[in-house]
Amino acid sequence: MDGRPLGEGAALFKFDLGVVARYLPFLVRGVGITIEFTLISFLLAIVLGLVIALGRISKNRFVRIPCQIYIDFIRGTPLLAQVYLVHFGLPQIFGYKPVGFIDALIALTLNSSAYMAEIYRAGIESIEAGQMEAARSLGMTYGQAMRYVILPQTIRRVIPPMGNEFITLLKESSLVSVIGMEDLMMRAKMMAGRSFRPFEAYFTSALIYLAMTFTFSRVLGRVEGRLKVSGRG
Amino acid sequence: MVEVKQLHKSFGDLHVLRGIDLEVKKGEVVVIIGPSGSGKSTFLRCINHLEQPSSGEIHIDGGNLDDGSVDINLIRRTAGMVFQQFNLFPHLTALQNVCLAPTKVLNMPVAEAEELGRELLKKVGLADKEAAYPQQLSGGQQQRVAIARALAMKPKLMLFDEPTSALDPEMIGEVLMVMKELALDGMTMLVVSHEMGFAREVADRIVFMDEGLIIEEGEPSEFFSNPKHERTKAFMSKIL
Ligand SMILES: Nc1ncnc2c1ncn2[C@@H]1O[C@H](COP(=O)(O)OP(=O)(O)O)[C@@H](O)[C@H]1O
Ligand SMILES: [Mg+2]
Repeated sequence: MDGRPLGEGAALFKFDLGVVARYLPFLVRGVGITIEFTLISFLLAIVLGLVIALGRISKNRFVRIPCQIYIDFIRGTPLLAQVYLVHFGLPQIFGYKPVGFIDALIALTLNSSAYMAEIYRAGIESIEAGQMEAARSLGMTYGQAMRYVILPQTIRRVIPPMGNEFITLLKESSLVSVIGMEDLMMRAKMMAGRSFRPFEAYFTSALIYLAMTFTFSRVLGRVEGRLKVSGRG
Repeated sequence: MVEVKQLHKSFGDLHVLRGIDLEVKKGEVVVIIGPSGSGKSTFLRCINHLEQPSSGEIHIDGGNLDDGSVDINLIRRTAGMVFQQFNLFPHLTALQNVCLAPTKVLNMPVAEAEELGRELLKKVGLADKEAAYPQQLSGGQQQRVAIARALAMKPKLMLFDEPTSALDPEMIGEVLMVMKELALDGMTMLVVSHEMGFAREVADRIVFMDEGLIIEEGEPSEFFSNPKHERTKAFMSKIL
């Protein structure tokens, strides 16, 4: 025993607002990168996810099975493993020089696409079979029926789960910090190291994530409310 | 117009259609009756290839659906289909429902398609409803839009699968009326329906199906007053 009274460590702790204030601009510069990664990979995943979903429900098994495997692989493995695979694994095989920014985008996009594909699929499968039949009976091809009849009806059904996927992606994008991207998470790490105040650093960055996800889910709630009011389809 | 020979259809082990032969002439109205599960819907769905027949031949307007020489989408255009559940497109207005296939499938200019659509909506008595969405319409109105939608592809043959059985009784008449006018215009029609008044008045021929086979067929007056087969008699006594 060195004679220190119990609980003194806790009593000594003071949340240092000064440090937070000093580093806040530094952290906020990471927010831009976090949003950039989230938005770009989200938009790419909206497109790629639709392609994979259409493949996943295809009658042709040479299309369907690869899409199924892709979805299962992505959803069954950690994003962290996927980030490492893209950034360190692929360059080893194909012998190119990895570019962190691009690899981070690729990993996030590939990951989100699999979840998006399942969102699309659930949306498409929730449309009654009679819609496809009516479209086909009018002479439309499968593609035309999808494009003009089925997909327009799925849009309002996929918007809420896609909003959730956006929030998930925003949080998970913090993993790109492991390959050196200076996003919010990375800057929190740097702040912790430089200021010797890890609690302030990580707590503040957590609050910034919370502010972003909270704002976005409020927006999403509004949109959902409006979809319900005008509830067509 | 339609010639069906030895049509068979199985779903796995379930042998639903077991050798259907039927010929329908141009302008003829044929009403198909029969107990639930006898394969009436499956038969209609085979005719426009929503189901793939297991064996047999279906010729529509001279082309064989199964010899690969005819584009299935083209045949589907030849036959318009009206469903029990209407199956209108809920995200489109009545007019858009009618115009969609002509513009996308036939590449008809939008203005021309809308003119055609309005004309057809007028024909089914819904000229004032072109901007309404399906859920703003009653069941009878929806089914009439569905008929207009099918007619927009200028089909040579119309298939009706129990078009009034999902409707409230007071709306049945308006749909049957539209169908009757269509028959008077000379449309070739195959109608699955248990509306005996309609069958008696409009049909050229009644076909009785049971367990995947055509048991008996004949002119309405003959068929109703003097059914020959025991199963037909039993069925008629149940529904009349
Ligand atoms: N897609 C399908 N898969 C399996 N069985 C089916 C399918 N469609 C219809 N059937 C079966 O085929 C039989 C005939 O059905 P249907 O043609 O709908 O009869 P109906 O219209 O005369 O009532 C029924 O036993 C039904 O369960
Ligand atoms: Mg039926």
